[in-house]
Amino acid sequence: MTTGPGSADDGSTPDDPTPDHPAPDDPAPDDPGPDRSAERSGPGNPNQSTADLDWRLTRTQVLRDSMGVAIATGAYAISFGAIALAGGLNVWQTMALSLLMFTGASQFGLIAVIAGGGAPLAGAATAIMLGARNALYGLRLAEILRVSGLRRLGAAQLVIDESTAMSIARDTDRAARLGFYATGLGVFTLWNIGTLVGAVGASWLSDPRALGLDAAAPAAFLALLAPRLRGRELWALALVAAMVAVLAVPLVPVGVPVLLAGLVGVIAGLIPRTTAPPRHRQSNETNQTTETNKPDDQPTRNP
Amino acid sequence: MTIWIGIAVGCLGCYLLKLAGLSVPKSVLERPAVHRIAALLPVVLLAALIAVQTFSDGKSLVIDARAAGLAVAAVAVWRRWPFLVVVALAAVTTALVRQVIPAG
Repeated sequence: MTTGPGSADDGSTPDDPTPDHPAPDDPAPDDPGPDRSAERSGPGNPNQSTADLDWRLTRTQVLRDSMGVAIATGAYAISFGAIALAGGLNVWQTMALSLLMFTGASQFGLIAVIAGGGAPLAGAATAIMLGARNALYGLRLAEILRVSGLRRLGAAQLVIDESTAMSIARDTDRAARLGFYATGLGVFTLWNIGTLVGAVGASWLSDPRALGLDAAAPAAFLALLAPRLRGRELWALALVAAMVAVLAVPLVPVGVPVLLAGLVGVIAGLIPRTTAPPRHRQSNETNQTTETNKPDDQPTRNP
Repeated sequence: MTIWIGIAVGCLGCYLLKLAGLSVPKSVLERPAVHRIAALLPVVLLAALIAVQTFSDGKSLVIDARAAGLAVAAVAVWRRWPFLVVVALAAVTTALVRQVIPAG
């Protein structure tokens, strides 16, 4: 999600396949889904090959996982809609963000800057920086999706944390594509419905601040940040960024402190590291287990 | 009106980033520094947003009821409670503190 949708990068939020999500590859043995599908396909089709049956089982599981993520993300979208209204946007502007930006952390970042009284373009810059990771998701997804033309233009909008996480962990390209589109379209639908519910609901409130909604946004950011803080270096970097931003508040225009923190991140990223951490593993971002590593290093086709 | 400009620029930028990933040759983005920066940006930006949104009113530094809300949220995140619970607890805590200390 990408939050929002997106926004989320690593979790239950749009940008962030968070730990609250059921792990996509959990077998969930007590779930009746796959069995039902097996029964359905059994009697009617004597030529059913094992591969077909396997695919039906896989498809059921992929769709079920995608639905779970979409529902969790839709619930999260309600808070986005409410916080956006509390931050001073109207319902149309809020919906424009969920429909067109469709990456959760970026959407939250933009409204946070605007809510603080910052320049809208500073908000846009924050949103764009927060969305940079989607380009890297696209790099990995390009090989799986193999889309071109109009199809690519449409698929691009669905490139968010959740769809990536639910795609790249799959064993086959076919399942990976299904995971991408099912999650992407499911999250897109429920993310926008959730946003509308939250925005319209909050528009009925006379003073969102009385409900503490201005504190809901930093809490949302905290929930997005926590799964990314793996290791002492990232904690240190987060603290430095927070200090830089806070100290800059009295000195520079609203919205700029956050951009200065972004600069801290760029500088830190440019410093070559001697002790190489598993840097190209975006799995930090996708909240998967070791399964996630498969697509990188070997062909994704199952025998 | 200017809010719409910010929205338009932000949406266009975010979409072009998504499209770029699917479109550009792999070698362009497949560099260690690019990966590091893309991984670090969310960390520094989210940390900065938390700090600024909690401890400033936009132009100056303040400590008010939001700090209490964030503290409760931190406990909830640490306990791995669901996202909506985290957000709701922060809002409710902040609202309650404002009831007790109206200036907050």
